[in-house]
Amino acid sequence: MARLKVIAGGQLVDPSADIDKKADLYIEKGNVSRVETKQLLTTEDLKQMEPGEFIDATGMIISPGLIDMHVHLREPGKEKLETIQTGSEAAAAGGFTTICCMPNTTPTIDNQETVKFILSRARQAPVRVYPISAITKGQKGKELAEIGEVVAAGAIALTDDGYPVQSAEMMRKAFDYARMFKIPVIEHPEDLSLSGDGVMNEGYTSMRLGMKGVPFVSEEVCVSRDLLLARYTGGRIHFAHISTAGAVELIRQAKKADVNVTAEVTPHHLSLTDDLIAEDFDPNLKMSPPLRTETDVRALIKGLLDGTLDCIASDHAPHSHESKDVEFDLAPNGVIGLETSLGVCSTYLIKEKHLKWTQLIRAMSTRPAQILSLNAGSLQEGFPADITIIDPGKEWIVNPERFLSRSRNTPYAGQTLTGKAVYTIVDGKVVYKDV
Amino acid sequence: MGLKINHLLGLENVSREDIELILNTTRSFREVIERPVKKVPPLRGVTVVNLFYEPSTRTRLSFELAEKRLSADTINFAAKGSSVAKGESLKDTVRNIEALKIDMIVMRHSSVGAPHFLTKFASSTIINAGDGAHEHPTQALLDMYSIHARYGKLDGLRIVIVGDILHSRVARSNIWGLKTMGASVAVCGPTTLLPQEVEKMGVDVYSDLDEALHGADVVNVLRLQRERQQAGLLPSLREYTTLFGLTRERLKLLNKNYTVMHPGPMNRGVEISSEVADGDSSIILEQVTNGVAVRMAVLYLLQGGEEN
Repeated sequence: MARLKVIAGGQLVDPSADIDKKADLYIEKGNVSRVETKQLLTTEDLKQMEPGEFIDATGMIISPGLIDMHVHLREPGKEKLETIQTGSEAAAAGGFTTICCMPNTTPTIDNQETVKFILSRARQAPVRVYPISAITKGQKGKELAEIGEVVAAGAIALTDDGYPVQSAEMMRKAFDYARMFKIPVIEHPEDLSLSGDGVMNEGYTSMRLGMKGVPFVSEEVCVSRDLLLARYTGGRIHFAHISTAGAVELIRQAKKADVNVTAEVTPHHLSLTDDLIAEDFDPNLKMSPPLRTETDVRALIKGLLDGTLDCIASDHAPHSHESKDVEFDLAPNGVIGLETSLGVCSTYLIKEKHLKWTQLIRAMSTRPAQILSLNAGSLQEGFPADITIIDPGKEWIVNPERFLSRSRNTPYAGQTLTGKAVYTIVDGKVVYKDV
Repeated sequence: MGLKINHLLGLENVSREDIELILNTTRSFREVIERPVKKVPPLRGVTVVNLFYEPSTRTRLSFELAEKRLSADTINFAAKGSSVAKGESLKDTVRNIEALKIDMIVMRHSSVGAPHFLTKFASSTIINAGDGAHEHPTQALLDMYSIHARYGKLDGLRIVIVGDILHSRVARSNIWGLKTMGASVAVCGPTTLLPQEVEKMGVDVYSDLDEALHGADVVNVLRLQRERQQAGLLPSLREYTTLFGLTRERLKLLNKNYTVMHPGPMNRGVEISSEVADGDSSIILEQVTNGVAVRMAVLYLLQGGEEN
């Protein structure tokens, strides 16, 4: 098959270079070789080329490949739910060219052998997969993982995600130690003593339903603590899945005060609210942090708009149908998102006129690449040809039966979304196509 | 006309017409259970399963008696020592029970929304006999019937619910039902046991019992679970009794023709003093009797019966 040489006629949206205009993108040896915004190829020019050498992207958006920095792949340990291969295929179908996998596997990704195992599996995968190591051994919050070794083996960040670090002293050590390796410490911000055995957001809906609640302060207490510690140590903090208006404001103030902080938000926290749980107690609406209120959703969108929240990450968390098909409080936390992230964001954020494409692509590609120091998130000359071609007007119905992920736990089943990745290109090769 | 609802899952979204129909029908069954022969035939051939995932004595006995007095066939299922203890899911358990060809399920479960979950896949008629701290609709209906029997109305009465509102399904169902029927409702309890934003349910909120009782017609005292103290929600039971115990002294604050209620079982000397519980204005045992009639009415109406 002919090698892809040019993507012609699309709207190039590359926030890294502040470009949002019609352009032809030339590819050579897996890298971007030229961005042409003036002398665009004509239909006649394309006819001269071999099929497979070009993509006619008229009416489409050409974006730097999307990056999801927060994905649970379940391998090793729970391959029935997802593997590095199936998760990567789902990622490609969702328009992602790079994903980063969380360490809460069995065994935990907290040592160089496990990091090497992930990377060896990742070599077969259609998209780039980077492992994130635990901060502490076994994510138990007691002893630091062998951070130097995991970084040397290829881990690109640290997190105990799923098991927020409860000891302030341990977090301080993590900031101090990680500084040597110039990688971010990612916190799942939650004070478990305040969350207790809560199963949804604490507020009017939980009160009405008599459900145990997770108060917003359980997130905000932890965000405050970590911001103070990051400032004190000069450490670099990235907050996973921010969900409350108060947390957004704390981060906004910290950024003004030059604390080295970044933060992410999930598509579900940007689009769904806790009152939906009262409709039919769907366990696919159960997640950690829980869905919050309309006020929080508005604050999250505002935070994304003004850059307080840097990026969007799916927190793709596969669970079996059996484990979710139970009473709400007995179901595990988490929803999948790789195949719906882009569609949900374009539907709820762009179609609703909250964001422009350039802002969305910045949050889904450019910023995560910068946060993790990846050679990605840009379509400037010399960058790898990791590209997502998006049909912004494509309407599609979320059908979990057709997902490439091994799990089906999505709250968006049956919904019509607008906007979809139609080509996912990694290293100049098409790894997913939906045309 | 029959009921508009197909299942009784809670009172939050039940209309005034449906509640009135249940209360009116209860009146007929209340007469039936005073007769020497207390059994009537309307549910002959109907099989009801009492599916109790959480221990309960009085609610289960009350439902069972209501079913028998309507001539239904009854099966009791207790999760303890059953297939559930062996790890079977609620869905599989209910599917198996339905394969026995049953018609109605009365369910008590510690998970909020468990009866709602059943309606997604079960074909039986579902009655919620208490789901976590969410709703206990038949308890609220029997409370409402008991109040109505005494005053001839619910509209305009001032009713105070005292105690652990946070964990109480009885309180929630009572609030929805009483509000729908035009009563004014207040809740009173220690601030650690008052849920946030409870005022949005349209109730007055108090943490001073004397203030709350002032000018009230009915006081409904909730059971205080002793483990709330261990959970750090209360400093001591003694302090709770001092601040929130219903004593004879405090009854003076109520309107003249006042009524004392309690869903049981009582902790005498903790949330209610014995002399109040056994006093002339207490209708605590009357509530128990009415409970059977209310449950007969609910079973009968949900099975397609109409007011007679």
